[in-house]
Amino acid sequence: MRSAILLLVCALVGRGAENNSVLIRNVTVHPVTTPDMPNASVLVIDGKITDIGPHLAARSGARVVDGRGLQLYPGLINAATNVGLAEIEALRDTVDLDEIGTFNPELRAEVAFNPSSEHVEVTRASGITSVVSLPSSGGRGGRGGGGSIITGQGALMHLDGWTWEEMAVKRGAVMDMIFPQMQAAVPRQYAAMLGTPAESLPEREKQYKEKLRQMSEFFQEARRYKQAKLAGGPDFRPNLRLEAMLPVIDGKQPIFVRAERERMIQDAVAFADKEKVKIIIAGPREIGTTGPLLKEHHIPVVMGKTFELPLHEDDAYDAPYALPAEFYKAGVKICFGTFDVQFARNVPFEAAQAVAFGLPHDEGLKALTINSAEIMGAGDSLGSIEKGKWADLILTDGDPMEAKTNVKQMFIEGREVALNSRHTREYEKWLKR
Amino acid sequence: MGQRNWMLALCAVVLSATGTFAQTILIRNATVMTVTKGTIQNGSVLVQNGKISAVGKNLSAPADATVVDAAGKFLTPGIIDCHSHTAVEGSVNEGTVSDSSMVNIKDVINPTDINIYRALAGGLTVSNVLHGSANAIGGQTIVIKLRWGKKANEMLFEGATPGIKFALGENPKRQGYPAQGFFNQGPTPERRYPGTRLGVEEVIRQSFTEAKIYQAEWQAYNEKVARGEKAIPPRKDLRLEPLVEVLEGKRYVHAHCYRADEILMLLRVADEMGFKIRTLQHVLEGYKVAKEIAAHGAGASTFSDWWSYKAEAYDATPYNAAIMMRKGVVVSLNSDSDELQRHLNLEAAKTMRYGGLNENEALAMVTINPAKQLGIDDKVGSIEVGKSADLVLFDQYPLSGFSKAQKVWIDGHEYFDREKDIETRPEFEKKKKALEDKEAAEAPAGRRRNGAAGSDAKDAPIAEERR
Repeated sequence: MRSAILLLVCALVGRGAENNSVLIRNVTVHPVTTPDMPNASVLVIDGKITDIGPHLAARSGARVVDGRGLQLYPGLINAATNVGLAEIEALRDTVDLDEIGTFNPELRAEVAFNPSSEHVEVTRASGITSVVSLPSSGGRGGRGGGGSIITGQGALMHLDGWTWEEMAVKRGAVMDMIFPQMQAAVPRQYAAMLGTPAESLPEREKQYKEKLRQMSEFFQEARRYKQAKLAGGPDFRPNLRLEAMLPVIDGKQPIFVRAERERMIQDAVAFADKEKVKIIIAGPREIGTTGPLLKEHHIPVVMGKTFELPLHEDDAYDAPYALPAEFYKAGVKICFGTFDVQFARNVPFEAAQAVAFGLPHDEGLKALTINSAEIMGAGDSLGSIEKGKWADLILTDGDPMEAKTNVKQMFIEGREVALNSRHTREYEKWLKR
Repeated sequence: MGQRNWMLALCAVVLSATGTFAQTILIRNATVMTVTKGTIQNGSVLVQNGKISAVGKNLSAPADATVVDAAGKFLTPGIIDCHSHTAVEGSVNEGTVSDSSMVNIKDVINPTDINIYRALAGGLTVSNVLHGSANAIGGQTIVIKLRWGKKANEMLFEGATPGIKFALGENPKRQGYPAQGFFNQGPTPERRYPGTRLGVEEVIRQSFTEAKIYQAEWQAYNEKVARGEKAIPPRKDLRLEPLVEVLEGKRYVHAHCYRADEILMLLRVADEMGFKIRTLQHVLEGYKVAKEIAAHGAGASTFSDWWSYKAEAYDATPYNAAIMMRKGVVVSLNSDSDELQRHLNLEAAKTMRYGGLNENEALAMVTINPAKQLGIDDKVGSIEVGKSADLVLFDQYPLSGFSKAQKVWIDGHEYFDREKDIETRPEFEKKKKALEDKEAAEAPAGRRRNGAAGSDAKDAPIAEERR
């Protein structure tokens, strides 16, 4: 009995030291899912939002933060990054992306997420409390040989924690796939420069069809594996690659399909129909006629950078700026990602540019918070200021999409986290010189 | 000429038709952000003969004036980019030699590069177009005005001092060791000296040692000729000529650099050789040697927030601009990118977060400061009487992420109007469709494209087959 009490005391002390209970008061609360509440308070107990209202009383054990004049938003989410997996892009030794192999569904981003990466603090400073970290650098040929189709599983990570286990909000949030395309991996004009031969159209066509065939074959193989596993015959041997495909073919884990072009989106939807799998379209650079198709199939889209050049020379100058609004107007649920490390912190600015070019302001904010959480299958625990969700909160002096806004305080799972970083430390140090 | 180029040419004609002769324009009821002389609420700016002729609160319109009612909108000076490679035809690098000062970017300006128009649409009016960073001493550079629809020679900024690109650190030394990092593809190129920062210093020192000898030879020759003596002229050296211009202050040095050590190295070599570094480009560790940069009198043209893309960018901080500014350096923010040049006002806004700059200091980073760095601040960079009418009308506060450029004037000509751009789109699409149909009708049967397959005709047969 005595030891039980001792344990209980230890547990309480431990929790107290973590300090994840707080009353934030006198702020304008922007729940995102419900109307703004001026002069309101939010009570956080044990890391979870437990109450929101005009006058909440402090609780014992909960510290009080007076945010007079400030705005309270849910922490922002960057739905596509390589944070934690790459430190210095040009130095391969610091980059854990683009594993060798065509089908790598068993690879898990979270296990190589470096909690000490400088990018964690730097990204956080812009109000971003969680990111999706993906195991590949992208769909444009990539670096690691460029031939991968399934690159591994992306994880939804909190940007605070001592270990990747503590940081992981949702392991295996998505299965990352680079949809094959006819487009040459290395554009013709760079082929000579890089010393690689430009591929002819028939050659590309052949490769493209071969990749589609391989994809189909791989999914069939996964289904046969499932049957064999269920049958439980004496010859059954576990296979990590195929085992990792089971949540996908069961429609539980969405495939994050990187598809830039109209035709790739169409092909991806047709593929999802055929294989009866759940997909998210990632990083499209045009909508074409795919709006109704995506709406009808309830397929959400993770937008890539708004700050892009138009896909074609003769596109309207603002085509990429207006693209998120086009998907939104077509009735497609969107959220934002940056598909990189360096500029992961700028995801709110990508949304702002979309707002400047037609996306409603509130939708911009949703596409940084609740939509991202829902698309990643974490809508019940993140993405808005609602009772029962993790207290991922930012206190700001303005709109978090604006560059001139400062994030004053941040809470992740109710813990206040520091907003300084390598960047602010250099500033403070060298300003003195 | 490919189908797309035809359409671009067409686009150029349609869009530049509005800006062919100088008008008298009165822009009124705007929030006029002069940058150098404060902000005027409900202000007016009068433009005559391509110049700003009056700035004030209640200007009346001359009889011939076109009046632009800008109620609720914001007027700023045209944006200036001190580091660009836009409109350069083909590669920006002559990378086979460690000193390529004989080549000139002016010779490869492509006035039909669509990126010129796209940049205009973001309020950019002036670009410092630079050679790449493959060599310690790179090619000659040129300042252009984005006069979309004009010929290449009509885009050159009249009277702007030409420049030369230098480059320190990883890029110039990358040719000196087997390929790795950024472009780890293709065969290992032949190695080229230098392969270290030590070698980069030596290349610059060597070239200027030669340039000084060359300069002295010509001086001796010219003196002899002046005295009426017979003399044989020295052999003309196209590599050393621009370096002599640097020594004589007739050509600006724009030096790509990252680390504090190499910045200091360059300043010391320049001091020793007797020339000035006009601007340090990128200069991501400039904050560590800001005092030395200020003492030399060099400007610093940096990125708002780039970092970590290579080893020498790992000690970068977005507070760099703020620190250097506070230590007395003239600082600008540049793009180095056809995309980023489209919204430098938003890059400027980041200095309000990173270092707490006020709105004038922030806007100066992309207007008057780059103008100072390029020695054109008597002509552009702020809204002041007598300066060129290079102006941008924004629909909202230009340091807000929700703003966008509505109209852009250069020398009083309207070169961009968002409403007109949008109006011309249906007509443009019609013409594009007609050309595509024509191409489809004339293409050999095997290559006939599917009309619904988007504009990349090469992929079309497969799409048809798959469907």
